[in-house]
Amino acid sequence: MKKWFHQWVSPPHLYERADRYAKVFLFLAIASILVALYGGLVLAPADYQQGDAFRIIYVHVPSAWLSMFAYAFMAGASFVALVWRFSAAHAVATVIAPIGAVFTLLCLLTGSLWGKPMWGTWWEWDARMTSELVLLLIYLGYIALRLSFEEQAKADKAAAIFALIGVVNLPIIHYSVYWWNTLHQGATVSKIGKPSITWDMGWPLLLMTIGFMLFFGAITLMATRGELLSRERRTKWVKELVDINRGVN
Amino acid sequence: MKARQKRLLAVLLTLAGVGIATAIILKAFGANLLYYTTPTELVTETKTADYVPKKYHLGGMVKEGAVVRKDNSLDVKFVLTDYTSEIPVEFDGILPDLFREGQGIIAIGVMQADGTLKAEKVLAKHDENYMPPNLPTEKPSDNLNKPKGSY
Repeated sequence: MKKWFHQWVSPPHLYERADRYAKVFLFLAIASILVALYGGLVLAPADYQQGDAFRIIYVHVPSAWLSMFAYAFMAGASFVALVWRFSAAHAVATVIAPIGAVFTLLCLLTGSLWGKPMWGTWWEWDARMTSELVLLLIYLGYIALRLSFEEQAKADKAAAIFALIGVVNLPIIHYSVYWWNTLHQGATVSKIGKPSITWDMGWPLLLMTIGFMLFFGAITLMATRGELLSRERRTKWVKELVDINRGVN
Repeated sequence: MKARQKRLLAVLLTLAGVGIATAIILKAFGANLLYYTTPTELVTETKTADYVPKKYHLGGMVKEGAVVRKDNSLDVKFVLTDYTSEIPVEFDGILPDLFREGQGIIAIGVMQADGTLKAEKVLAKHDENYMPPNLPTEKPSDNLNKPKGSY
């Protein structure tokens, strides 16, 4: 068990293992997203209030969850990297930031497209929307902070602390609709008790979220490989890897 | 104490500090973070001594049977209620598709001297329930009968 865990945090092992996992994740992600798309756009009935317009939920809600899940993962990696000094965890946190930012942007854009026909507005400064926008700004701030350091070790440390401080925004996003009056409605699925969505409309949403998570896992692993090679370019294992590939060619 | 434990403690203390600071800030902002005012809150406010008519985001349910439309015009009058207090609203623009009696609505506009809100913009709020239209029995119980704060 301990050995298995240590292989995840050792850069050469992670580099090798990430490739295999990424391929499996990507295959499963594509399969579940395709099935969920068919379920959501074709099989699920129209909503009693919103008609077919509700179907954007199958992109909006998974993006919103992933924007927060990615952040939690990035902060978790930063925490591990800071306390246990695993350099590979810094690499993982580095690559998650742009991925999480894209999910956040996707959530904001699909929400805006949904808001116009249903609520009658593209954007309002209510607590849910504003806190999600702040999440995007935190991701961008994290990326900018990293870019502002020349030295890798300093960039890693500053960015990790920044990522941990940003965690306070996650509960604010989730509970904003309960703590304050907002235009955005309360949670449909992520709450205690029965989800407020019928099963024939709900299963494609769950499957789509699983698909998004697998996709997130796949691209994070792929990007981590690139980041590891770049960070460890002066080490023996990367040089050996390059030599092996040269020999093949 | 080992170096790793020191780092762990430092990180946890930082997190706790940031969390407490954020909680205090949010508490201090209080009502400014609310997106809308309920009819009851607005009525209470109009009765205070230093009340001056200003712009409000008023959120409530469209009262059943109180929507009056004018022929050949977009003018519409309706009443927003939270089942305790009521505020009449005037609007002459395009209403969102979800606007109907019993629906949660946010009207943004300036209070008039006669106690009517002259809306510049009307937004519909929908609930968190998703279901096919042929399940009317479970329907809008949530949307209609919940008291303040849930629409």
